[in-house]
Amino acid sequence: MRLAAKTAQRLAGLALVFLGVTFVIYLAVFALPGDPVRALAGDKPLEESTVAALRVKYNLDLPIWQQYWMYLSGLVHGDLGSDFKGRPVLGLMATRWPVTIALALTAWAMEIVVGLTIGVVQALRRGTVIDHGLLALTVLASCVPVFVLGVVSQQVFGVTLGWLPVAGVRDGWPASYILPAAVIAVFGLSAVSRLMRGAMVESLSADYVRAGRAKGFGPGRVVGIHVLRNSLIPASTYLATDLGYLLGGTVIIEGIFNLPGVGNLLFEAIRTHEGPTVVGVSTALIVIFLATSVLVDAIHVGLDPRLRRA
Amino acid sequence: MLDITALEPVAAPVRRSALRRAVRHWTFIAPAAALGLLVAFSIFPSYFAGLFGNGDPRACDLGSSADGAAPGHPFGFDVQGCDVWANVVFGARSSIVVGLVATVIGVAIAIVLGTLAGYFGGVADQVVSRLTEVFLGFPFLLGAIVVLNSVGDRSPLSVSVVLGVFGWPLTARLVRSSVRSVRGLDYVVAATTMGLTTRRIITRHVLPNALSPVLILATISIGAVIVAESSLTYLGVGLQAPAISWGLQIAAGSRHFQTAPHILIWPSVFLAVTVLAVIMLGEALRAALDPKNAA
Repeated sequence: MRLAAKTAQRLAGLALVFLGVTFVIYLAVFALPGDPVRALAGDKPLEESTVAALRVKYNLDLPIWQQYWMYLSGLVHGDLGSDFKGRPVLGLMATRWPVTIALALTAWAMEIVVGLTIGVVQALRRGTVIDHGLLALTVLASCVPVFVLGVVSQQVFGVTLGWLPVAGVRDGWPASYILPAAVIAVFGLSAVSRLMRGAMVESLSADYVRAGRAKGFGPGRVVGIHVLRNSLIPASTYLATDLGYLLGGTVIIEGIFNLPGVGNLLFEAIRTHEGPTVVGVSTALIVIFLATSVLVDAIHVGLDPRLRRA
Repeated sequence: MLDITALEPVAAPVRRSALRRAVRHWTFIAPAAALGLLVAFSIFPSYFAGLFGNGDPRACDLGSSADGAAPGHPFGFDVQGCDVWANVVFGARSSIVVGLVATVIGVAIAIVLGTLAGYFGGVADQVVSRLTEVFLGFPFLLGAIVVLNSVGDRSPLSVSVVLGVFGWPLTARLVRSSVRSVRGLDYVVAATTMGLTTRRIITRHVLPNALSPVLILATISIGAVIVAESSLTYLGVGLQAPAISWGLQIAAGSRHFQTAPHILIWPSVFLAVTVLAVIMLGEALRAALDPKNAA
């Protein structure tokens, strides 16, 4: 019963956060300077009557809270509205999602495999040259801005060596995604490996490990089952949150590698003042972000039996 | 990426002896020296820019566009034929200013809101916690991009304000939990019993003992802000020419990497070293302030 009440409270909190974020984005998009109607016309001067007609058509003449209300009620009916060229926002996103999802999952998988491995190796070889070397390597890698790494690796592996496609998605998965995903993953390695190392070091000296050893379990069973499982909580929290961000489309990497993903769509929409697209895509991203935070809780409960009793 | 998970709120005052020991260690001295040099760059750019003969970042000669190292110009020239070293030195100022100003703004907001939530609890806590979640809910830099795209004049100050306003939530959470852990301690209860004003209790007894983890996070976040600024600038929504900044130089250099890699490499190296120094400094502080390390 307590669990049900807790869940209800959590969901109510999420709904509140959703309303808050969408409202702030709505305000930022439609109340700040930058006129979408003028942007639509480009350099051509528009008749005042045309401007007024367009404003009425897109409800830009209504007060902001009324516009926000109309957006919310559309959302409940599964309608994210249309952009200023009349294309439905849902349709615009539909072709973009597969690219972003493929990129995010590829990068995420690399982060998990490489990051956790580094962390485990560091913990098992604590204090050695291997430990310090891997730490220095991952920290150094995380200090290079992602766009520098993107541009350089694109030139080196794509243009000079010709190992992988330079840009675009014509070669499909995995060829087109390896390079951009690796660049994203390199950035996350330092956090994942550090969290894994820290938790492993702590569990290795825990009482239950000593108990396991005393019972005569081999190192494979002690480390593989008891230590690993109990050490996964911090890294998995980070990884789940990170997936939420990755699915938001990495604007910079999608831009450099010319991947037609959601991040790219969102950034272009911001640049061209396509308000409905910005709000629509942001809404989808916020839902993903909130969903991953629920996932984090679920992972916690799954990995830590103590939380189930609450 | 900030990893707040490694920071636990510690209810202990800054221990001076530990600090003194830490500042003598190379893990503190090396990054502090690097950052000191960068701050010197940003205060007296013309002195350092002239080290190799040409100190004027705007003295450009299109004839030497994208040329490599030459006598008096060991770092080569950019596409406009300007000295790369002079530009990198002058670019330090924007990065340092944005990093410091945005962090100060973010930490100030975080301390006020986090203390409100942590000390008073109840409704204040609910409101602040929800507000924090709302600001954490923005996808990477989205809020900053949307706002900056609408702001016509994008100076270091306006970029700092925007980054600060979107950058406080993690710190606020830390302040909140840190203040909460101090609030119930004996000396705070004693101060309350003595009838001290709430303001005095907070400023004299709670905050000095709650802020050491915040200091570490603030240090690390300077690096995050500097990277965020250069990312925004690279995307075209941060600082604008004719401002001189590493982000602008990297953006320009990335278009000519094939033929003239040095234009991209030098500002990138400076940016990476700055971030590395800030992270190392944060680590050194963490090691010094962590009571687990008290010997």
